[in-house]
Amino acid sequence: MATIELDADFLALPLEAVRGAALDRARALGCEHAEVRIERIRSQFVALRDARLETSADYLELGIGLRVVHEGSFGFAATVELTPDAGAALADQAVAMARATAPAFSERVELADEPSHGEAAWTSSYDRDPTEVPTAEKISLLEDWSGRLLRSAGVDHVTADVLAVVEDKHYADLSGTVTTQRRVRVHPVVEAVAVDSETAGFETMRTLAPPAGRGWEYLMGRGWDWDDELARIPGYLAERLHAPSVVAGAYDLVVDPTNLWLTIHESVGHTTELDRAMGYEAGFAGTSFATFDQLGKLVYGSEVMNVTGDRTVAHGLATIGYDDEGVEAQSFDLIRDGVLVGYQLDRRIARLTGLGRSNGCAFADSPLHVPIQRMANVSLRPASGDGPTTEELISSVDRGLYVVGDKSWSIDMQRYNFQFTAQRFFKIEKGKLAGQVRDLAYQSRTTEFWGAMQAVGGESTYLLGGAFNCGKAQPEQVAPVSHGSPSALFRGINVLNTRAELGR
Amino acid sequence: MSAVSGPLVPADRVVDQVLEASRSDGCVVIVEEVSEAELRFANNTATTNGTRRDRSVSVIVFRQTDGGTTVGTASGSGAGDPLELVRRAEASAATAPPAEDAAPLITPTASDAGGDFSDPPVMTSLAGLGDVLGELSNAFARASAAGSRLAGFAAHNVSTVYLGSSTGLRLRHVEPTGKLEVVARANGGERSSWAGAGAGDLAQVHVEELEARLDRRLKWAERRIDLDAGRYEVVLPPDAVADLIVYLGEATSGREAEEGRSVFSAPGGGTRLGESLSPHPFSLRCDPFEPGLECIPFLVTGASGQDVSVFDNGLRLGRTEWISQGRLARLQYHRAAAARSGVQPAAFGDNLTLELPGATGGVDDLVGRTERGLLLTCLWYIREVDPTTLLLTGLTRDGVYLVEHGEIVGAVNNFRFNESPVDLLAKTIEAGRTERALSREANEELNRTAMPSLRVAEFNMSSVSPAI
Repeated sequence: MATIELDADFLALPLEAVRGAALDRARALGCEHAEVRIERIRSQFVALRDARLETSADYLELGIGLRVVHEGSFGFAATVELTPDAGAALADQAVAMARATAPAFSERVELADEPSHGEAAWTSSYDRDPTEVPTAEKISLLEDWSGRLLRSAGVDHVTADVLAVVEDKHYADLSGTVTTQRRVRVHPVVEAVAVDSETAGFETMRTLAPPAGRGWEYLMGRGWDWDDELARIPGYLAERLHAPSVVAGAYDLVVDPTNLWLTIHESVGHTTELDRAMGYEAGFAGTSFATFDQLGKLVYGSEVMNVTGDRTVAHGLATIGYDDEGVEAQSFDLIRDGVLVGYQLDRRIARLTGLGRSNGCAFADSPLHVPIQRMANVSLRPASGDGPTTEELISSVDRGLYVVGDKSWSIDMQRYNFQFTAQRFFKIEKGKLAGQVRDLAYQSRTTEFWGAMQAVGGESTYLLGGAFNCGKAQPEQVAPVSHGSPSALFRGINVLNTRAELGR
Repeated sequence: MSAVSGPLVPADRVVDQVLEASRSDGCVVIVEEVSEAELRFANNTATTNGTRRDRSVSVIVFRQTDGGTTVGTASGSGAGDPLELVRRAEASAATAPPAEDAAPLITPTASDAGGDFSDPPVMTSLAGLGDVLGELSNAFARASAAGSRLAGFAAHNVSTVYLGSSTGLRLRHVEPTGKLEVVARANGGERSSWAGAGAGDLAQVHVEELEARLDRRLKWAERRIDLDAGRYEVVLPPDAVADLIVYLGEATSGREAEEGRSVFSAPGGGTRLGESLSPHPFSLRCDPFEPGLECIPFLVTGASGQDVSVFDNGLRLGRTEWISQGRLARLQYHRAAAARSGVQPAAFGDNLTLELPGATGGVDDLVGRTERGLLLTCLWYIREVDPTTLLLTGLTRDGVYLVEHGEIVGAVNNFRFNESPVDLLAKTIEAGRTERALSREANEELNRTAMPSLRVAEFNMSSVSPAI
């Protein structure tokens, strides 16, 4: 674990006085459970268009949220006012919410037990706080990256941006757990555009560098080779602009982790959220075909499919020390040898389903939002030992496509039917790459797709992908999450021609 | 930002403090106060609730240099020291490159009322949910007795915006926003239906009215019909039209169109402004004074973007027709870009209306004139597949019904569609009257929409989804 170095300015806030006032009042009001979060979230976004500054935003959110369980009902209240009086008033408001909505709580709220962890601190692993990097330095780096692409033949426009977030979170509950945690993450993106003005057609090509739980050092080359990737983009873009349109039909796919992470996210990550599977997201995010009665039985995919959930992997976007219900971060199996063996849980759902302890997936994206079950880092395990390389997977395909980089994505509300596009689709002919094709999307159903996974690549192909913007709940909350994946080989997947879809 | 241990300073005083402290050549300060109450439910029980008070302060400073005007911005929520925001914004402006979107700051006009600037923010509470809270408990009991399960969300919030500037602007606007959404799942989840309503005042919205809409649709689902993928004539109710048309509204970037990277870029360069998009004289517009959809009548932004500029804060917004008489009439431009391109500036507002002038009748009338087609309820997980054509993919959700000889004959499986909202207007057979609509997926970003029902030919259902 990294050195614990919490931010002095955050620690200088009246954390103890405000949380104490809130929890004392909640205890006095007879709450069975109360948890308070004081959070400061700094988000900085800098965007350049054609190497000129377009957007510079710097937002520092600071607030306090208190959730109680009072006589079997939840109550939540939050404010931006950070005083002991405001903390105590929150307890009154949260209990008032619980009382007023009690007639609508036809299910009594109870939470799975979690031991007190006492006072604890945790920080994610990073070297340089990206929100302390001067804006001018950020602009200068993005100007350099943009300029390299703009000077390349065939590149008409370039957008370059970086989103940096630092979360400082102070949590305390009635069991005596008091945690102070810091998480740092960055997401740099560079995209080149080529315009064919004769036809009003255009194509784009974007960096595949995943968002990461790292500091500014990530943009300096730690964990990603920016120079190499930026140098390759103009060539990929020119090839795509002039690539032949795909012939729709069934193809074998070798899917790169830069694309497969998102398919895992949509078709495995959300599906194995037990609140969804139990119908608690039916109003918005949706439900899940992987219903609770199929735990231990559902054949999700082929025998090479092993998926874990964790909140512990270094640089993972969902990685933390303790979740927003005071549960210690864990790692757990979701799919073993192709069979559904687990779900992601929060304390209410763990108790409701008799599964015992929560596996620590509660998260709120803001001090002003209520914690709910959110996704752990859900990852597909690579083949053990010297598993196949991506080239070896490609060499086993006679007629297929090599799919690289995520682009467009969509899946239905029970997580069966999905459609994805990619930054690059390369034809595979007799085991060799044979240039890009365009205008395509792959479309499948979850268990058919994973059932068609014939091989996973070895550890050399493994990459931690991810996103900052996973949406769930109402009001909608946005969570960061990573997904590790090897390259993998899928047989006979349906590929569409998107021009034909349009009827043109 | 250091926190101040004390009660919140009134918003109008924060504006004065910031403007007094600024040493820059120009300064804009925005305070947004948000008060919200909400209740979420599923499986016939409440699941989460919340009441919150949020406040954000954005400080934008402008600095004249030899090379042009530079900008610095800093925003924060809560009890932070606004003067710290001024220091951060000024430090940022000191090293920023000259802004591409520079324009003179907006000045007050004679029509500014301004008298309410020192009024406190308007707050809401659970009472803002009207009768919904009480009605829900009864609805849960009815649903349980009928063997169905309700899920959904009721929320009411009030945003009070204060905008002040070194050029004398003192603008305040209060915007209440409410919604109720209910999903009913029956027969062990084999039938599902959704109904939603948006309103500034939830006293106008009743659970029973939504339940009646749900019951009617669940009855249609007593007969189940499996259909294959293919191109179908469809009837889209206003909510489903909103799901797609929101994407059309968002695609009206002037800069993207000029750069050749939008569905509204013309072959050979330039934009498609003036081009006919539909044989019908549709109007697609933002208008802060649209009856029933009233929203903030001046521009507020804490940061510049592709077609929006911090220099334009306080710009008065009027009726902007993106599509007029079926032709592409306007694209989004901030003032600096509009001046460069020789067009009028245009900003997207907080409402969106699609109307076919003179159209009458509702979704039932369109169904009655459908020989064979599909009636949809709402659309879900809509994402752009190809920006050159604005091809979108997504799913039908919570109710697809087969229409034969003007009658609903049963419920159909769900589909994945691949369609463009631009083509939707071109393929429209007929439209109904424009009504308040709530996009299922986009209503948190854009609650105020009014749309007609549409009957559309050749809607591409790309594949079947077994999801319900």
